[in-house]
Amino acid sequence: MAYISQIAFLIVVAIASYFIYKRVTQIRKNIFLGKKAERNDNKSDRWRTMFLVAFGQQKMFKRIVPALLHLLIYVGFIVINLEVLEFVIDGLAGTHRIFAPILGDFYTVLINVFEFLAVGVLFSCVVFLIRRNVMKVKRFIGEEMRKWPTLDANLILVIEIILMFAILTMNATDMLIQGQDDHYPVTGKFFFSGFLVPFFEGMSVESLVLVERFAWWFHIIGILGFAIYVTYSKHLHIAMAFPNTWYSNLFAKGKMENMPVVTNEVKMMLGMPAEGSDASPEEIGRFGAKDVNDLSWVNIMNAYSCTECGRCTSECPANQTGKKLSPRKIMMATRDRAEEVGNSIAKGGKGLEDGKSLLGDFITKEEINACTSCNACVEACPVNIDPLSIILEMRRYVAMEESGSPASWNSMFQNVETSFSPWKFAPTDRFNWAKEIKDPS
Amino acid sequence: MSSNLNQVKTMANMMASGETPEVLFWVGCAGSFDDRYKRVTQSFVKILNKVGVSFAVLGEEETCTGDPARRAGNEFLFQMQAMANIQVMNGYEVKKIVTACPHCFNTIKNEYPELGGNYEVIHHSTFLQQLINEGKVGLECGGEFKGKKITYHDSCYLGRANNIYEAPRKVLEALDADLVEMKRCRTKGLCCGAGGAQMFKDAEPGNKEINIERTEEALATGANVIAAACPFCMTMMRDGVKNKEKEESVEVLDLAELIAKNEGL
Repeated sequence: MAYISQIAFLIVVAIASYFIYKRVTQIRKNIFLGKKAERNDNKSDRWRTMFLVAFGQQKMFKRIVPALLHLLIYVGFIVINLEVLEFVIDGLAGTHRIFAPILGDFYTVLINVFEFLAVGVLFSCVVFLIRRNVMKVKRFIGEEMRKWPTLDANLILVIEIILMFAILTMNATDMLIQGQDDHYPVTGKFFFSGFLVPFFEGMSVESLVLVERFAWWFHIIGILGFAIYVTYSKHLHIAMAFPNTWYSNLFAKGKMENMPVVTNEVKMMLGMPAEGSDASPEEIGRFGAKDVNDLSWVNIMNAYSCTECGRCTSECPANQTGKKLSPRKIMMATRDRAEEVGNSIAKGGKGLEDGKSLLGDFITKEEINACTSCNACVEACPVNIDPLSIILEMRRYVAMEESGSPASWNSMFQNVETSFSPWKFAPTDRFNWAKEIKDPS
Repeated sequence: MSSNLNQVKTMANMMASGETPEVLFWVGCAGSFDDRYKRVTQSFVKILNKVGVSFAVLGEEETCTGDPARRAGNEFLFQMQAMANIQVMNGYEVKKIVTACPHCFNTIKNEYPELGGNYEVIHHSTFLQQLINEGKVGLECGGEFKGKKITYHDSCYLGRANNIYEAPRKVLEALDADLVEMKRCRTKGLCCGAGGAQMFKDAEPGNKEINIERTEEALATGANVIAAACPFCMTMMRDGVKNKEKEESVEVLDLAELIAKNEGL
């Protein structure tokens, strides 16, 4: 009998691992649809950024209430996963609470800590559900949040609540079984699951074991199932936050990425020696970004790291004043397009040649033209996502490949070209202010 | 005295007389052509002369840094401008640049090095803060801003783009003024609406102009002066104040103007 459950456990873990592995491989491929980008310099800064921003949740604390609630879930997630280690060992070895006899009283303390965190997670998830569905916090409601994104968010919270209930039920029934079945080591009292004990009192040992086993299996299968689900969900941030912050832009936020291809052409036009090696012709492709493969892989990784919290959009001056631009939507669209192209290629389909493109079918010019490049979205993102770089790359495509910039920008370009100023003033008047200062009229 | 304060030499002048200035004052297009912002340029020149900093400008040799072209997507035009400016500045062996425009500051400081222009670039807010720290300006007590309510509007290209939040505030503190913060300030400061080349086009369809939103926030502080440190912010905030018909009671002034006035320049 015990053998069967061990084999069943192994099969369940193997199936889950297979699906997760397959999906992670696909996501990796989708991310590498993007162009090369070197982000491996300054390793100590990168470790520090990852430690502070991802591990330490530094930027979450710009908004204290959600930060504290999120911290409970985050710590709960990390610490309760230690218990999953015991689950896995028990599952494979056919033991029950293998650490209980080894750790003795400390085990009871540990489980009580886990239970405290489980209740913390439960509490936070309930508050988050209320914030989303009852209080209708504005950043959770935007245009791009219709249908799947809203369902996704609610599903995650509900699944987490159910998983926490499974742990507490398991512990409650376990306490009642202890002393009646030798397989169950005596652990001492668990505080929080103690409140559930009255629901199970008076049940036969067989029924209790049945409930306990059900809760145990439900929890572990739930966790594995959830892990698969996460790879299709915005919840992927729990993993992606770490690489995403590691590969953060470490330059001043105001600096735009240089285009060495253009530098070479400009140097040639000016009769200056060009350094050829920077960009070989076959790499040039197009100027700026029309589709996901024109973006850098960091842009696409950013998109997979986005958990759609909407802090970027709520800080965006364009969005606040009713413009169509939403930085969160830029990220969601980028991910959707990368998924579409990646899945199509995986199935031997048309991939990038499907007649669609990120700019045009997913993101409009009206959106990218509304951006003031103020970096509020970049600053707001708790995991250092950079929507601005995608917007600016698209503007480059529009200006240089389509000559499709707004008419006023084209006039501005013309002014810069002919008068060396964005306004149409005579270049010879540039120094007049100095005469006026000496001779104020 | 006053003619000395207004003296401006070009790099070409200086080179001809065999002099090398300590710092190049990069005036920028707004500082050169915009009637309102020319007054900021002039105030800054007076401060530079008063404290005896040896400086020069490029005069007619200065051209747009290319920032608006780059932000609007025209990389070719940006790089043409950048290369031309770099050639001129490298020709004069420029080492240090000060500018009152955060957009010029950001571009020259962060984007010119990759194109061959390596200079020490500082924004005039930092420059003024240094002068205050050195005791060269701001020691005249009881200036005209003493006790006055002033609110500082963070420029995105100084603040989030380059992490300069304190220098402008330190400059205002030297005025002995009552510095009041807007609801959204520092890292959370709301853009004036002009960055990213928005200055040079109409806003996309929406339900409000960004500068109106920001001006309302500035006016809500009850300040008599909105301090700015950027020519675009200056224009946007002034338009906002005019729109709210508050130009009688609320002034929009640049940091350099505030210091110059305080010094009686």
